[in-house]
Amino acid sequence: MGFTLTSEGRREGAAAKGWLRAHKWWLLRRLCQVSVLGIFMIGPMAGVWIMRGNFASSELLGTVPLADPYIFVQSLVAGNPPIAIAVIGAALITALYLVVGGRAYCGWVCPVNVVTDSAFWLREKLGITRDRKLDRRTRVWILLASLVTSFATGTIAWEFVNPVSILQRGLIFGIGAGWGIVVAVFLLDLFVTRRGWCSHLCPVGAFYGVIGRGSLVRVAAARREDCTNCGKCFNVCTEPHVITPALKGNGTRLILSGDCVNCGSCIDSCPVDVFEMTQRFRTWPVDPPAADRVS
Amino acid sequence: MADPEGKTNKPKEISRREMIVGASKVAGVGCLAAVALAKYVDTARARDAQALRPPGALPEEEFLAACVRCGLCVRACPYDTLHLATLGDMAPVGTPYFVARETPCFMCPDVPCAKACPTGALDRDIGNIREADMGVAVLVDHENCLNYRGMHCSICHRVCPILNEAITLEPQVIRGRKMVIPVVHSDKCTGCGTCEKQCVLKEAAIRVLPRKLGLGAPGRNPAGRTS
Repeated sequence: MGFTLTSEGRREGAAAKGWLRAHKWWLLRRLCQVSVLGIFMIGPMAGVWIMRGNFASSELLGTVPLADPYIFVQSLVAGNPPIAIAVIGAALITALYLVVGGRAYCGWVCPVNVVTDSAFWLREKLGITRDRKLDRRTRVWILLASLVTSFATGTIAWEFVNPVSILQRGLIFGIGAGWGIVVAVFLLDLFVTRRGWCSHLCPVGAFYGVIGRGSLVRVAAARREDCTNCGKCFNVCTEPHVITPALKGNGTRLILSGDCVNCGSCIDSCPVDVFEMTQRFRTWPVDPPAADRVS
Repeated sequence: MADPEGKTNKPKEISRREMIVGASKVAGVGCLAAVALAKYVDTARARDAQALRPPGALPEEEFLAACVRCGLCVRACPYDTLHLATLGDMAPVGTPYFVARETPCFMCPDVPCAKACPTGALDRDIGNIREADMGVAVLVDHENCLNYRGMHCSICHRVCPILNEAITLEPQVIRGRKMVIPVVHSDKCTGCGTCEKQCVLKEAAIRVLPRKLGLGAPGRNPAGRTS
């Protein structure tokens, strides 16, 4: 097979549906990531102040406060008494991700996702197969460790090292030597562990994953009868374990795991359109009743 | 935890031994992460002893529990005094600070930076910029300060926004010569850094330091005493 820029997982989808439809959700995601960052960057760059601040906390049009709930929780644990504006900001962001999917943050907003997706793509193109296995629950332990440390040191502990913050803040305010940490994440994903950072270590994703356990927008294996077992969805998915119960199980067709980033890559990659973006209260006539869908 | 991931067709048999070993490994990583992170936080905190915070900042220990490093204070400052630290700067990464010698605080009467803070790390209700406590000016170099060399430079006194209160000129006789010496009054000085910025020497003889570094305290030194 000749060299192609299209990733392994999307090749069959592209052959069946055309390049554009095999990259629909991917393009939308990239557009969203660029737009969100762009709205923050256009202030300092062009003086158009739609958003002030950064992902940690911001002000929309000079009035609506927004705040990262994970940082907010660490601050609470560290002993800082919350003020109203911080509570409102964190509540608004939590509400947003309760609708669009907890880890939609990872797939649709976080700039580190572009870094790790690139590393994954390059790893595939270079044929790097070395994969130091990590437990994907490690991120939950790092999340708990960050809270314990916040409590013990009386600081917002993860923000001392958080690559996600260092990159997004760096893009908006100037990054300095912060590139080092971003490169380290890239190299980790490229050479050490497949999908190492986002799918195994990052506590920010783990936190948004908790929100995602109850979020509205979900991907579903709506037409799973059509599945040809080509395995492409598992190939493109950053969290392949979330697909199995919906696609191969007898219960709900909804992907309900909080780990799902709602990226839509499975929809893109599937040559027979098994998957679709839907919502968690969707039912299918041939399925057993909703009792099975409690997450 | 009821988890839909568990509902696969063929649940894998895991022995109790495997489960305990796996769980302890992951828990070990958690503990390791917590200890490493706590140590790193301590080192980073020790380093920021010199960083000057925006006006209205909580004491440093409380500040790091409240500041989310969003930069809204930086954006509110009309003089580009404030910066968010990047890795390797004197303050922990992402936290706001300023370097008096580059751009001091211009002491806006309405304190827009503090009012922009969304977490209370800076006192949003600060009434007057004169209540601010960013640090304290200290005349650190008595050898090179021109006033100490018998000249009437006194630039630090003249540029001080709290004129004749934060820095006064005191006539003194040193080594038989009459001199006027700038004296900082820590109860009036806000640590804005204008004196440090304007000092005519190549390296400023007067510098703003966080109060903990810049001031002594009355009472006895407890070192070596058994109480």
